[in-house]
Amino acid sequence: MPKWFLPLAGVNAVMFAAAPFLIARADYESTMGLVQKIFYFHMPSASMFLLSAVVCGIASARFLFGGSPRQDRLAHSAAELAVLFGAITLVTGPLWARKAWGVWWAWDVRLTSSLMGWMVAWAYLLVRKYGGPGSDKLAAGLALFGMANVPFVYISVNYWRTIHPKTSVVPTLPADMGTALWFSFACFLLLFTLLLRVRVHLEEQRAKVDTLYLSLDE
Amino acid sequence: MRSSLIRVLALVFALGACAPQAAQKPQPQPQPAPPAATDEFVPISQLPAQDQLPAAPLLVTAYAFVWVALFGYLLSVGRRLTKVQREVDRLESDIARGPRT
Amino acid sequence: MPARRNAGGEGVRTAWLILRKDLTVEVRSLEIAYTTLFFAISCVLFFAFALVKEGKAPEDGAAGILWIAIAFAGTLALGRAFERERQSETLRALLMAPAARPAIYVGKLLGIVALLIAAEVVLVPLVAFLFQAPLLSHPFWLAAVLVSGTIGFAAVGTLFSAMLVRARSRDVLLPVLLYPITVPVIIAGVRATAELLQPDGELALVRFWVALLLALDVVFVTLALWTFEPLMTD
Repeated sequence: MPKWFLPLAGVNAVMFAAAPFLIARADYESTMGLVQKIFYFHMPSASMFLLSAVVCGIASARFLFGGSPRQDRLAHSAAELAVLFGAITLVTGPLWARKAWGVWWAWDVRLTSSLMGWMVAWAYLLVRKYGGPGSDKLAAGLALFGMANVPFVYISVNYWRTIHPKTSVVPTLPADMGTALWFSFACFLLLFTLLLRVRVHLEEQRAKVDTLYLSLDE
Repeated sequence: MRSSLIRVLALVFALGACAPQAAQKPQPQPQPAPPAATDEFVPISQLPAQDQLPAAPLLVTAYAFVWVALFGYLLSVGRRLTKVQREVDRLESDIARGPRT
Repeated sequence: MPARRNAGGEGVRTAWLILRKDLTVEVRSLEIAYTTLFFAISCVLFFAFALVKEGKAPEDGAAGILWIAIAFAGTLALGRAFERERQSETLRALLMAPAARPAIYVGKLLGIVALLIAAEVVLVPLVAFLFQAPLLSHPFWLAAVLVSGTIGFAAVGTLFSAMLVRARSRDVLLPVLLYPITVPVIIAGVRATAELLQPDGELALVRFWVALLLALDVVFVTLALWTFEPLMTD
């Protein structure tokens, strides 16, 4: 593991410990009250979910056209993180929605396309696990289509009538809410980087096992 | 070495897991802006059921889920990593012992 | 090094040859056509039976059921179309031929689209009959919706199906890969069809959905053409 890992993990720990205090200090939103504070973890998770899908897509493209196994390992790891952060988003969102909208779920564009993207991430993992030989390329092809979904998820809420807040909410946040949000975002971004590094390390060790087996046979 | 960094990341979440409790305490009841002229007082128990939904359990569940998910993921990666690491060590010692006849 | 001046013409010729080959083989036995059509009809009937209440089928069910039947039948047809290639090892021969790989994809895609459109020609009147839905009130727009939606679905399906030819668990993996990606196509198709079925449906809305379907078609076909070659080479 690289030298920067442990210090940054320590920094991340402290940041995560500090985040809830910033969140508590932020103003209450006028119509939603306390439950709106889920936002400060929901939005960064959603961003990390989309970021994972993009990283997976780009790495898959580089793997398909360049053949680099390193890119393949990166794509596999990113897909797993997409499932993780997608799950967090899809659970925290409905918990917030239950109070804010009165329903656990609505079939509006943002939610539907996010759920769909999450399923693509699951499909990626399933193909890698059960697809047999050649499944790395299959999954890479799938990841490219999944990445095409990401910009759609982001802008959908601005062009369709949806119940989900639009993208204009974040840039226009008042100062204390903005601070809490961007600090939480930084926490999650750093966490994403650390988790990705750990997961890639696992893939590298698995690849090492394969090469060791091969050299054992010689 | 590898298990220690897993532990450090686990510490990240353990620290954060205590924090929502701290965030909960200084919690005044949200005062909604009063309407222009209140002509009658409506006790909260007479509001429609949806408005009566307490927000705190939802909030706590949401944050708790985040911690559980991240923690669970770390544990999963850690477990897989130790398993692979053991296999790497075993193979390396097999190779070091020299080729079998 | 052969001149690439006529590469475009070569590609079109190759695609046409593959389409003609598939259609010729299929017409001889009509195996895939009959089985796909029968499956699609049973699908529609199944849904009709399941959703019928007090002897009446739900009126707004028509659009959704039509598209679900198309999707299920399409998945079956996709699996079967490449099954033939797999069994006779012709895919390997095709890939070794000096044809442009993307042209192979286009040829296969057109074959699948033709098959699905043929099925839809039967399904649309059937659904209209079973659900008393005025599906034939705007025939041009309905055709536009069906064709653009079918192309979108088949574009992704042909790519994944070709990719899965040599994979393990390919029968179950095709839907696993295909359905999440084609959700936008199905949603757009259903919404457009449902709007067409409304007595006071806005054609502007239908136009919007068709435009979205065409955009999806372009994105999917482009992505598929771009990735077909690296995905099919070992």
